[in-house]
Amino acid sequence: MNFFRSLVGARSQKSSQLAKDRLKLVLVYDRVKITPQLMDTLKGELIDTISRHLDIDQNGVSVTITRGDRQDRLVADIPIRRPR
Amino acid sequence: MAGRVITITSGKGGVGKTTAVANLAAALALQGKRVVAIDSDVGLRNLDVVMGLENRIVYDLVDVVEGQCRLRQALIRDKRLAELYLLPAAQTRNKSDVTPEDMKRVGQQLKEDFDFVLVDSPAGIEQGFRNALAPADEVIVITTPEVSAVRDADRVIGLLEAEDRGEPHLILNRLKPQMVKRGDMMSVSDVLEILSVSLLGIVPEDEYIVISTNRGEPAVLAGSAKNNAARAYGNIAKRLLGYDVPFMVVEEEAGFLDRLFRFVRQKDVDYQARK
Repeated sequence: MNFFRSLVGARSQKSSQLAKDRLKLVLVYDRVKITPQLMDTLKGELIDTISRHLDIDQNGVSVTITRGDRQDRLVADIPIRRPR
Repeated sequence: MAGRVITITSGKGGVGKTTAVANLAAALALQGKRVVAIDSDVGLRNLDVVMGLENRIVYDLVDVVEGQCRLRQALIRDKRLAELYLLPAAQTRNKSDVTPEDMKRVGQQLKEDFDFVLVDSPAGIEQGFRNALAPADEVIVITTPEVSAVRDADRVIGLLEAEDRGEPHLILNRLKPQMVKRGDMMSVSDVLEILSVSLLGIVPEDEYIVISTNRGEPAVLAGSAKNNAARAYGNIAKRLLGYDVPFMVVEEEAGFLDRLFRFVRQKDVDYQARK
């Protein structure tokens, strides 16, 4: 489940904030109906495809789903290596 | 002019649908409206007992649907108020004995005679929920500020959107302002941020609700000054009638108030800024 951001320092957070953060996260996946396995597959395929055209930092790639008011978004953040 | 059919639903069980239907129905009747409340929880009826009308049931929703009686005969008039009626559910049948089409027919008929038809939905998102939803012109979703209730409410809101039912209105129930202040309970703005629907009302946690159910007397009928939940339901009823009523319990930061501007008269708001 490497795409879940770890909630480090959760103990010091107020529980209501923790509840809110957890809900926001779980609802993204509830709504879009995407499994962790599918996320990993998607990420892998995106990296493969982009790598064929651009030199990217594969370790820095993050693929997340964010909730908007009316729409959810799959957001891929891909660092590109500067040419030497 | 035809009345409004409003279905009250939640997804999660036990968040206060039946209590809300009983109290909103009574509150609207107190405002002089002609109201009928329908218990659509076939097999697990409760609206009758919450309203204190359990001893007067002769016919029920399934009897009406099966043609065992006329709709009029199944309606129980609440003697405490001039124009409040209940159509009870059956207790020994189940939800497949009623179809969405049946509910639409019943809703259509009642609309012609009543200003408000309030449908108490069962918990869940299966047949009972679909039955309750079928006749609705408007939908109210009830949730409490707890993780599982909010999650289920989100699912229900998603289902309503998918069926082109439009945007429901939200009632946030059983709020405990002191817990919110301590950061031990999600706030109104937290829940609204997550669910993104318009707020119809906030009902604080109130011990009196237990007493009112014990007595079979909806809290709004008691009229006690300390009866916060009853006041909240009264305000919600007024909002349903188009009045601009400020929210009673608000402990939020200023940004949230901008979003509430439609419902709130600034000078009447009593709030404390959260640090």
